[in-house]
Amino acid sequence: MPVEYIERIREKYESLGYGAYQWVFNADTPPWRPLPKPLSECRLGLVASGGIYVSGQVAFHYRDDTALLEIPMDVPTSELRATHFAYDLTDARHDPNVVFPIDTLRGLAREGVIGGLAANAYTFMGGIYSSRRVREELAPRVTERLLAEEVEAVLFVPA
Amino acid sequence: MCHQSVGLLARHAEAVGISTLCMTSALDITQAVNPPRAAFLDYPLGHTTGKPHQPALQREILLEALAGFSDLATPGSVKTLPFKWSEDKSWQETAQRGPDDRRPRYGTPQYQYEADRDRAEAHVPMARSGA
Repeated sequence: MPVEYIERIREKYESLGYGAYQWVFNADTPPWRPLPKPLSECRLGLVASGGIYVSGQVAFHYRDDTALLEIPMDVPTSELRATHFAYDLTDARHDPNVVFPIDTLRGLAREGVIGGLAANAYTFMGGIYSSRRVREELAPRVTERLLAEEVEAVLFVPA
Repeated sequence: MCHQSVGLLARHAEAVGISTLCMTSALDITQAVNPPRAAFLDYPLGHTTGKPHQPALQREILLEALAGFSDLATPGSVKTLPFKWSEDKSWQETAQRGPDDRRPRYGTPQYQYEADRDRAEAHVPMARSGA
């Protein structure tokens, strides 16, 4: 039985004296685009919300930050950092692959499981309380970058 | 919130013609936002693509997840990945329970290391000051 996060977070907020968070419930049929060819021939993008940045970039802040960072897919893993207010960063700081599977994807691309990788991955700090700001400010920018990267498929990784 | 944000982005990208797959370790939040395709890994938050320093396991997890691009044939479907965090489920008891361990919602950049701040500010003087 998976953890019921919506109920646990409601209980937590109630114990802290906060109102219930209004989660997004989409009851429609989501958009659908089948993979146009086998993954072994596709260019794959990566978008991750775990607050990953490269040393030298301006890090995320914790107040509904809708900034988007571009991370070269050939970045040295040792230059990656993690910052986020809402999850336990311990393991992500030891090995970013737990929320940003850069080495894993590079390996699968070398093996030929994936046709190739986009030139850049994109990261943000997903703890954005305003779903309106995610939809209106962040989503169009992410999609625009993915189109420019000419990817056929994208892996999205929350934290 | 991460899972909700990611689901919203995936729906947006898929709508313009890019196939998407969302990893998730919060099944109920993902099912609520309802992205096109998802792969559920029943691990504690902060480990959506595996355990640290276990590249063979990380590879197996992504192989299973990425197969979802072809396995999942119905919009909104979620594939459960065949991996367990541990034999017992004690981690599930403490998830999102107990004291509030979130960090304060600072409005200024939050660096992992002070050296990162120095490097960033050398690149971009006054970067996002007062943001």
